[in-house]
Amino acid sequence: MPLLRVEKMTHYFGGLRAVRDYDLTIEPGQIRGIIGPNGAGKTTVFNLITGIYKPTEGRVLLEGKETVGLKSHEIAAMGMGRTFQNMRLWRHMTVLEHIKLARYSKLKYGLAGAFFNTAKRRREEKEGEQKALSLLDMMGAAHLADQVVTNLPYGAQRRVEMARALAMEPKLLLLDEPTAGMNPEELRQIMIMIRDIHRELGLAIFLIEHRLRVVMELCERIQTLVFGEVIAEGTPEETQNNPKVIDAYLGKEKLF
Amino acid sequence: MESRISKSPAKLLRALFSGTPLLAWFLGALAAVLCEQAVGMRVADAVGLPRIPVLFGILFMLKEPSLIPGALLYASLIYILPTCLTARILAPAANRAAAFLLSVSTGLSALVHLFILYGALHFWTDLNDYRLITAKLTLIAVMVTLSLNVINGYMGEFSCSHPGFMALGAYGATVFNLVFFVNDRFFGPALFPPSLGPYFFPVGLVLGGLAASVGALVVAVPSFRTRGDYLAIISLAFMFIVKSSIENLEVVGGPRGLSRHPDFATLPVVFTWTVLCLWVINNFVRSTIGKALNAVRDDETAANAMTVNTRRTKMTAFLFAAFWAGVAGGLFAHVVRYVNPGMFGIQKLAEVLAMVYFGGLNSVYGSIVGAVGIQLLGEALRPLEIFKWIVIPLLLILVMIFRPTGLIAFREFVVEDLVKPKKKEV
Repeated sequence: MPLLRVEKMTHYFGGLRAVRDYDLTIEPGQIRGIIGPNGAGKTTVFNLITGIYKPTEGRVLLEGKETVGLKSHEIAAMGMGRTFQNMRLWRHMTVLEHIKLARYSKLKYGLAGAFFNTAKRRREEKEGEQKALSLLDMMGAAHLADQVVTNLPYGAQRRVEMARALAMEPKLLLLDEPTAGMNPEELRQIMIMIRDIHRELGLAIFLIEHRLRVVMELCERIQTLVFGEVIAEGTPEETQNNPKVIDAYLGKEKLF
Repeated sequence: MESRISKSPAKLLRALFSGTPLLAWFLGALAAVLCEQAVGMRVADAVGLPRIPVLFGILFMLKEPSLIPGALLYASLIYILPTCLTARILAPAANRAAAFLLSVSTGLSALVHLFILYGALHFWTDLNDYRLITAKLTLIAVMVTLSLNVINGYMGEFSCSHPGFMALGAYGATVFNLVFFVNDRFFGPALFPPSLGPYFFPVGLVLGGLAASVGALVVAVPSFRTRGDYLAIISLAFMFIVKSSIENLEVVGGPRGLSRHPDFATLPVVFTWTVLCLWVINNFVRSTIGKALNAVRDDETAANAMTVNTRRTKMTAFLFAAFWAGVAGGLFAHVVRYVNPGMFGIQKLAEVLAMVYFGGLNSVYGSIVGAVGIQLLGEALRPLEIFKWIVIPLLLILVMIFRPTGLIAFREFVVEDLVKPKKKEV
């Protein structure tokens, strides 16, 4: 059974069709990418899959379970972690608090524990803290644990955001332009990190990317989205040489 | 040598008191109020004050400028000197005691601290009824401010319905007590022996709190569908609806209100409830479930994507905050021993909002400082009459200019750090 299956997903914003008949299958452990020019609808596809928007038509199945109509926090708790293009960190919270909070759905102590600081809550909070610290350690950010995120440099913020998504222990990780605004050195580091995460945690990754080099190096299969429609799908080599993709990125060849 | 001389007095003072734990300061405060009990009258005579000043001599200073030196002298001799002296002398012993208490358990240490603080408050309020009622009202203000900070600070929504919740709590607790434990003309003879009343007082308060929570549900259901200004407007409307409903309900006395409250809200009772409120709210906001509020405030979409059930989080926090506002309202009615709908209007709202924003958002310390500061300032500046309402708002404007989030914002209230022994700076 595929991990994620999207069938004939279509979405309208008012009269504007943002996504049309979108199909996708992701097997466990696969890395897939989606490319396309600005405004092609890539982020909309992410928002539809994660339940931020509800598709006008079509089905989304995570491990065979229908997710259309569920709240986005419910879908997230089913094992769908994501990052955002503009990061969306919580600006007054520390790095450690970010990671601990991403384990929200796994907390069992309930309101009684929260109000009266029961032994169960203290145990669970301590456990959560240890897990968070070891995750940060893996991401090379343990020394930042007590920093408020707004004080961190851009690259570190990206790292924290990725760690936050991983703290949910997702089966599928959706990365929305993980290298946006990065310099070549940061870019190299983040690519190593994505590979490490994939190898060590064995999760499936679906990423939106603007830089062709990144997708070409990381992904097994790539979709090209233009005006909400998939115009090409294939391996990095196939995509690179597909005339439709070249058209979409570079414009049509002028014949006369 | 030279560096020692060039040290500023403030730095010297800090160095002198750097190793003084909270325990020593509380003991110092206790010593000061005991000192006032023993020789306050004589000292007041000696410095030319007509009687023991009620609120640290500020009232005298504002009424009669010629008494300023005397009032200042009194404050230094009776409050500052004994407090600092005792704190400094007891510091080493208090440090050892604090270390021992903390090694047993944080809870025990906190209880000992609270006991000493209560002792100081008890002896201070013992001398004067005005002090007593001011102390009680200040403690209640702390509760209300804390509970509003949960919504306006931690959750980042703007709620205006707190006076309404207080009114529900006040009337709930009042009606409960008057019906069951008081013989009065309005509700007829008591249904239970009045001697049982004090034991059931917490029940009345909790019922009042629950009434406020039900009210909060009415506000929350329509307002939390989306974020934005909805809550501010709906909650403001709610406050006015509660006020005018009570004004038109003859069953509970209409605009005249209810009186003949039994004297159940004694200082220990109010103090205990305040501590309980602070403890529960602090526990809540420091738990991961409570931190979800901050996540909702800073970025709700991200919170949802990280498995946080944001709608439930917002509803829970709102109902929770309303509950404590209701309890505070119940206590308030029993402290002033009179309740009418006029008490819970726009003026109360302004007062509570001022306390929250003056003290600091997202901070338990801030709420304590804001509530105590504004409440005491309001009492102390009484002699200025109408000018009081120029001075306090001006102060608020200044705070907003120089510290837009309030005096002590975004600070965690960690009991362990507060009660631990302090190391001396070198």
